[in-house]
Amino acid sequence: MSIAVRNIGKSFGSFVALDNVSLEFPTGKLVALLGPSGCGKTTLLRIIAGLEYADRGEVILDGEDASDRHVRERQVGFVFQHYALFRHMSIFENVAFGLRVKPRSQRPPEREIRRRVMELLELVQLGWVADRYPAQLSGGQRQRIALARALAVGPRVLLLDEPFGALDAKVRKELRRWLRNLHDELHITSIFVTHDQDEAIELADQLVVMHKGKVEQTGTPREVYAAPATPFVYGFLGAVNEFRGSIDGDYLRVGTSALPIVGGDVARGQSAVAFARPHELEIITDGGSGQAGIGATIKRIVDIGSIARVELSGAACEEPHLYEVELPSQRLAELNLAAGQPVRLVSSRLRAFAQGERS
Amino acid sequence: MATPRRHRVLPGFGLSLGLTISYLSLIVLIPLAAVFAKSAELDPAQFWHVVTTPRVVASYRLSFGAALLAAFINVVFGLPLAWALVRYDFPGKRIVDALVDLPFALPTAVAGIALTAVYAGNGWLGQYLEPLGITVAYTPLGVLVALIFIGVPFVVRTVQPVLEDLDIEFEEAAASLGATRTQTIRRVVLPMLTPALLTGFALAFARAVGEYGSVIFIAGNLPMVSEITPLIIITKLEQYDYAGATAVAAVMLVVSFVLLLVINVLQAWMMRSNDKAHA
Amino acid sequence: MSTASSTAPWNRSARFTSNPAAREPGAIRWLVIGVALTFFAVFLLLPLLAVFAEALRKGWAAYLAAISAPDALSAMRLTLLAAAVAVPLNLVFGIAAAWAIAKHDFRGKNVLITLIDLPFSVSPVIAGLCYVLVFGAQGWFGPWLAAHGIKIVFAVPGIILATIFVTVPFIARELIPLMQAQGRDEEEAALVLGASGWQTFARVTLPNVKWGLLYGVILCNARAMGEFGAVSVVSGHIRGQTNTMPLQVEILYNEYSFAAAFAVASLLALLALVTLVVKTIIEWRAGAELRPDEAP
Repeated sequence: MSIAVRNIGKSFGSFVALDNVSLEFPTGKLVALLGPSGCGKTTLLRIIAGLEYADRGEVILDGEDASDRHVRERQVGFVFQHYALFRHMSIFENVAFGLRVKPRSQRPPEREIRRRVMELLELVQLGWVADRYPAQLSGGQRQRIALARALAVGPRVLLLDEPFGALDAKVRKELRRWLRNLHDELHITSIFVTHDQDEAIELADQLVVMHKGKVEQTGTPREVYAAPATPFVYGFLGAVNEFRGSIDGDYLRVGTSALPIVGGDVARGQSAVAFARPHELEIITDGGSGQAGIGATIKRIVDIGSIARVELSGAACEEPHLYEVELPSQRLAELNLAAGQPVRLVSSRLRAFAQGERS
Repeated sequence: MATPRRHRVLPGFGLSLGLTISYLSLIVLIPLAAVFAKSAELDPAQFWHVVTTPRVVASYRLSFGAALLAAFINVVFGLPLAWALVRYDFPGKRIVDALVDLPFALPTAVAGIALTAVYAGNGWLGQYLEPLGITVAYTPLGVLVALIFIGVPFVVRTVQPVLEDLDIEFEEAAASLGATRTQTIRRVVLPMLTPALLTGFALAFARAVGEYGSVIFIAGNLPMVSEITPLIIITKLEQYDYAGATAVAAVMLVVSFVLLLVINVLQAWMMRSNDKAHA
Repeated sequence: MSTASSTAPWNRSARFTSNPAAREPGAIRWLVIGVALTFFAVFLLLPLLAVFAEALRKGWAAYLAAISAPDALSAMRLTLLAAAVAVPLNLVFGIAAAWAIAKHDFRGKNVLITLIDLPFSVSPVIAGLCYVLVFGAQGWFGPWLAAHGIKIVFAVPGIILATIFVTVPFIARELIPLMQAQGRDEEEAALVLGASGWQTFARVTLPNVKWGLLYGVILCNARAMGEFGAVSVVSGHIRGQTNTMPLQVEILYNEYSFAAAFAVASLLALLALVTLVVKTIIEWRAGAELRPDEAP
């Protein structure tokens, strides 16, 4: 089923949680709502589910305005951050709940309920815990039961609030892969909320990056990572080096140095901020006095595996500034760097944004 | 979409809140308002005269004085009791723990006659106290004993959970920094228990001020000596002096409201410092 | 007051006694225990034992005669009646109040919580008095009631009303913190799964608070059956008609029928003991249920 929201606005007191948000969620895809805490992502998810009502705007489910539809009638599956399993019911009864509370006329017979529940428990690979209680399961198991319970009613969409937030790192990674496989199997339109960029990039077909109640950028993980639309997205998604200066033609002037820029549409003379990923920076050792590149001193070299990381302190700015460069180990060997050595940094892919945009 | 929508997702709000407020108003608030409404019918001079006659003033002194002292004694002895229940093992601990709530469960009239039986001149303890020149029953001391009895659980049950939840790391930290056990308790543990102790004190005091049943049997009820304020109200009622009873009741109610406010502030403080103890 | 969620403290002291940083010397330990137990014995244990000792002072035959006297029996009936009305009403009130307060946000919530606690800080004598002022001969509705031949004060309805007044907060104040701590997630989950409001309440909310509910009912009942001050004011002290058990104790005591007074009192003391036992069991059961690794 397709989901769309139009011009959604929501405030809690004087705090604006969502500011005129419009989005389309494609059918059958897994979409991540990504952003720092307080950016409004959970509120948006709850508004789509009907657990919260927007002050303004519409929620459109399957082309139909569902804004005033009660959560009970929206046929959504919702997985809560802390699972919200019914603590006094067995796992079986938890999963069966949605079927048992149906009006008598629509309620499947007991044998059918039993079959459906066991089928779902098998799907989440937890058939053997049917008679246990939520308190007896591990976090990862509870998460899978919460998902099975949400799927039991045959929801049209699946909404997951920070699905792996309460789990430790190892379980999180396993469950991520498992959820992706499950989605590929079921192809149910799904939206999940997360503040973890790795999780979003690894799991989602589409990203929606949110910040301060607004949508910053949407696109596939590749698009968003490769071409961040705003300084915020640049900073939030992946490691990044930041350069502040003013625009001079195709160059960004930082103090006495100049860096060539590729993207951006900043007017000449305007102060700007530019970004480059650690692997987009190049270290030049010939010490040439040419204007290209920015002066820096090597602080520390971390060389493990095939990729090496070099930390440098910048010299061009008034305040001390740290840079991070990633390069293949082989290249590091060729450069023959040592701590304390003065070098120059250049970038082939520097994108500039007008100053003041960055928050 | 000009009009902002306001819905609640969980149902039954209007019904449950409506029921709550109506019930509370009918059973508690409106009848209590009657006390103020009726006492407002007296003219101020008359009101002042009623609530300041020497006999009434003596009863305030006894009710408030004994309640304060009882609450203080409950803090002094309630802390070791709570401490022993949380931190030590001793025979009969489970029974002691359960019986701490006895004053909540035992009807006050029963407590009153039982305390009298224990502390009267020929009672279990009274017979040993009398030769020492200590007369408990039928004196202000009896009032104090009854008020201590009903106040016990307030202090113990307020301090106990706080002591239980107190992170042991604070004491380990103090010990590792070279503090002696006495220093640790005095400078680390007790300050953390202060909000709970004060809350327990206020709760015991508030309860003791209005207490009636457990006191009247052991007090002797001599005017000017061992007559508590609630008894004054009853006596005035029995003499059909409704105005007088109401005036004294209004004074007590105002005191109760102030105490309730103080308790609320203390409890908020206790909750905040509990949160800190877990940080 | 302790809540149902406070866990059994008696088996948790090991972590203190075995920790060198949180342990007092043996002598101090026994001194503290000694002070605590002496205080406990003098103020709590002895009075309790005295009730039963005094009740049986004249032997079992006198005891049985005292508690089966017609006045005693009618006092028991009235006490049971008052509790049978007050407890269910306060139960409904407590559930409604907790649902509104714990599961919804609204302005003035803290004021409402304070007002619910009000009967705890009002002297029971004043609780009785205010009904006299409303329904008594001189009261707001006195003339109207008299004209219609309805008697509330100095009659059974007054006793029931006074009992309700003093027991209003018991169940609500157990349920409110419990339901607040449990949050709204489970109710929301039930709604998402298609449950109606009533189904959500009956199948999710109520089972989750059943121990707290029982706890509140037990304490409410103990107070309802034992209330003295408030009931004393609104009772006409008419033997066999408007006397509850605690009032009967007072009358017998003031007539110097000490053994009989203590006999009736011993029944109330037994009720108190049963209350404490049930309360302890609930704390133990609920504690086990709330600890994640020991769930049934």
